Amino acid sequence: MSALMRASGLQLHFGKVAALDDVALEIHPGEVVAIVGESGSGKTTLLRVLAGMMAPQQGRVLYDGQDVHAMGEAARRGLMRSDWGFVHQNPRDGLRLRVSAGGNVGERLMAAGARHYGNIRAEATEWLKRVEIDPARIDDMPQTFSGGMQQRLQIARTLVTRPRLVFMDEPTGGLDVSVQARLLDLIRALVAELGLAVLIVTHDIAAARLLAHRMLVMRHGQVVEQGLTDRVLDDPQHPYTQLLVSSVLAA
Amino acid sequence: MTEAGYNFGYLDENTKRMIRRALLQAVALPGYQVPFGSREMPLPYGWGTGGIQVTASIIGADDTLKVIDQGADDTTNAVSIRRFFNRVTGVATTDRTAEATIIQTRHRVPEMTLREGQVLVYQVPMPEPLFRLEPRVAETKRMHALADYGLMHVKLYEDIARHGAVTTSYNYPVLVNRRYLMSPSPIPAFDNPKLDRMPALQLFGAGREKRIYAVPPYTEVKSLDFEDHPFKPARADAACVICGSRASYLDELIVDDGGKRHFVCSDTDYCASRPPLQEAAE
Amino acid sequence: MSKAAEGRPIQPSAPGGAAAIGRPAIRTEGLSKDFTLHLQGGIRIPVLRDVDLAVAPGECVALAGPSGAGKSTLMRCLYGNYGAGSGHVWVRHDGREVDITSADAREVLAVRRDTLGYVSQFLRVIPRVPTQRIVAEPLMARGAPADQAMAQAAALLARLNLPAALHGLPPATFSGGEQQRVNLARGFAPGYPVLLLDEPTASLDAANREVVVALIAEAKRAGTAIIGIFHDTEVRDRVADRLFEVAPMQDAA
Repeated sequence: MSALMRASGLQLHFGKVAALDDVALEIHPGEVVAIVGESGSGKTTLLRVLAGMMAPQQGRVLYDGQDVHAMGEAARRGLMRSDWGFVHQNPRDGLRLRVSAGGNVGERLMAAGARHYGNIRAEATEWLKRVEIDPARIDDMPQTFSGGMQQRLQIARTLVTRPRLVFMDEPTGGLDVSVQARLLDLIRALVAELGLAVLIVTHDIAAARLLAHRMLVMRHGQVVEQGLTDRVLDDPQHPYTQLLVSSVLAA
Repeated sequence: MTEAGYNFGYLDENTKRMIRRALLQAVALPGYQVPFGSREMPLPYGWGTGGIQVTASIIGADDTLKVIDQGADDTTNAVSIRRFFNRVTGVATTDRTAEATIIQTRHRVPEMTLREGQVLVYQVPMPEPLFRLEPRVAETKRMHALADYGLMHVKLYEDIARHGAVTTSYNYPVLVNRRYLMSPSPIPAFDNPKLDRMPALQLFGAGREKRIYAVPPYTEVKSLDFEDHPFKPARADAACVICGSRASYLDELIVDDGGKRHFVCSDTDYCASRPPLQEAAE
Repeated sequence: MSKAAEGRPIQPSAPGGAAAIGRPAIRTEGLSKDFTLHLQGGIRIPVLRDVDLAVAPGECVALAGPSGAGKSTLMRCLYGNYGAGSGHVWVRHDGREVDITSADAREVLAVRRDTLGYVSQFLRVIPRVPTQRIVAEPLMARGAPADQAMAQAAALLARLNLPAALHGLPPATFSGGEQQRVNLARGFAPGYPVLLLDEPTASLDAANREVVVALIAEAKRAGTAIIGIFHDTEVRDRVADRLFEVAPMQDAA
């Protein structure tokens, strides 16, 4: 089975700081890959480069064999509203706050050409149920939702067009612990059900263990260790990974 | 006769040339907003400075000009713009739609079908149809460049979700030549179908926003809608009290302190050209 | 790599029992494991040295040795949860031998899905997922229809005396014994060709111990190769065909 996305030799330096230093990565269909590391390790930069939101100074990112950074913005945006999804840490970056929950979920459908109001609404209702939001709130504004609900709405909005590859940037970041657990479980179930490939950036080791098949540990712009999630976490080899794992309470 | 001290059409020739270049580009890219160097005009923004600059740039000595405001030739804005052009060009003016070669309008399209050779100049307050939905100008430009217009349908979706129907009754967004999303200026949605494949040239000028756009003759202009909520041009379900028309767009008038309402044609020339109603036997 | 491994003789440690005849379902070759603790000045702790173990289909091998000798470490190496310092862990999967120590993550996951099961001492609880579903998930991952997998899960849980009232609840609040039975049901349900059992009866009462003994016997008859750690010597002697000694490493280098 060939890789869905393949990146190699990625370099990106901000002045003297290496945000990406010779990073390579592959992700296959249906695979969940976690990128962990402390703040400033380059993990969010990596995600943005892979998603075509930022260009590397060197190296290539291939999606389905096409060079993501050479394809032009129109093609990239086309991918972003069909094959790809992006879940932001702050739901405000991923939602339209002055558009109802149903409109938020329906936007990607409409962008993809859906022009039947009844069908769009039915699909939005279905997705609100799937992310455990009461369908009676379909016409409410996201501003009236709790942080956890907003994040679930963002996930519904992202997954409604059945993307093949979803980028997630700290999806449980600003949430209470109890809310995090629910969200993680929801993501886990949806990912398995839809067979999504997911690249998830997180500093939450427990989240990575729960969701990811594979894991990359980043530090100073380099991937210092990678492999099977439970092997990286239970038998870490690199000094930094050992520090990371030992700093976590019962992950 | 042009009033002494003014160039023909008020604007200097270089400015007119610059605006004509923008107009040519606009005609070549139907619905695309072309930036132009909008000038200070001797009246405030919101009074038609964009439309006036477009008219000033295309008007010639043998043109006949008609100016309407909300369909009427005799309201303040229409009267003062007509007098302005009369003073700075000396061209003939008219109230008759059929006689005009250039019609400058605020918020209406004449009822009478326009013909080839006529030019309809719209005054546009806000040329960007996406501006209420996407506050970032750079992002709206990108959306136009990529024809990424899902968001506009989100607005229509929101209308239906909240009110059961698309409640946008004026400035109703259209797709021009199957490519660019365009604001038709704040004309009633009732007028939208007249834009589609109109034999006359349509030019749009936004002075404050410094944009010009155009719809060339016989260009497809489609009002956005949903399959199960098709576009419906709406008008008051009444007849004009003066001419009895049940086809034209009507203005509502409150005629006494009891709240009694009358409807009259918004297009005064159309109304005047029809035989008046015989007063009911009294 | 699997080509070179084909046709190697069974390890001499295998006894002469009929079940041991044939190619091993899982075997190690010179398996060694150290831990390097970078946070403690980089000290190295050797745990396993040159372990050669082979287990045939239908055979049950019990790991023996004192506490701290590395039995659990060996189990984790066999499952790929720990990497190996050197040597190999060959698992017969999909008609060939896969080296768990060097296979890429996706291949290890495929081996775990189809071939290699592991019942650890403790259940890793997934928030909000009901018990029955936890047991059914490995079945569904292998393509079983959901209703069939759920029915099979319910039957196995019932056999392990877990009341039906609990099947719909997440096991987070269950007692240790209940959680262990959930874990056992999850491990036994798919009928893996190779099954690793780490203290499967530690917190079970006599009746449930008997159920586990019976499950192991049935799995062996079905051709499953089993490697277990059993503190309960009575259970061990009833299920194991032989013992495999894991000797403690004397000195830390």
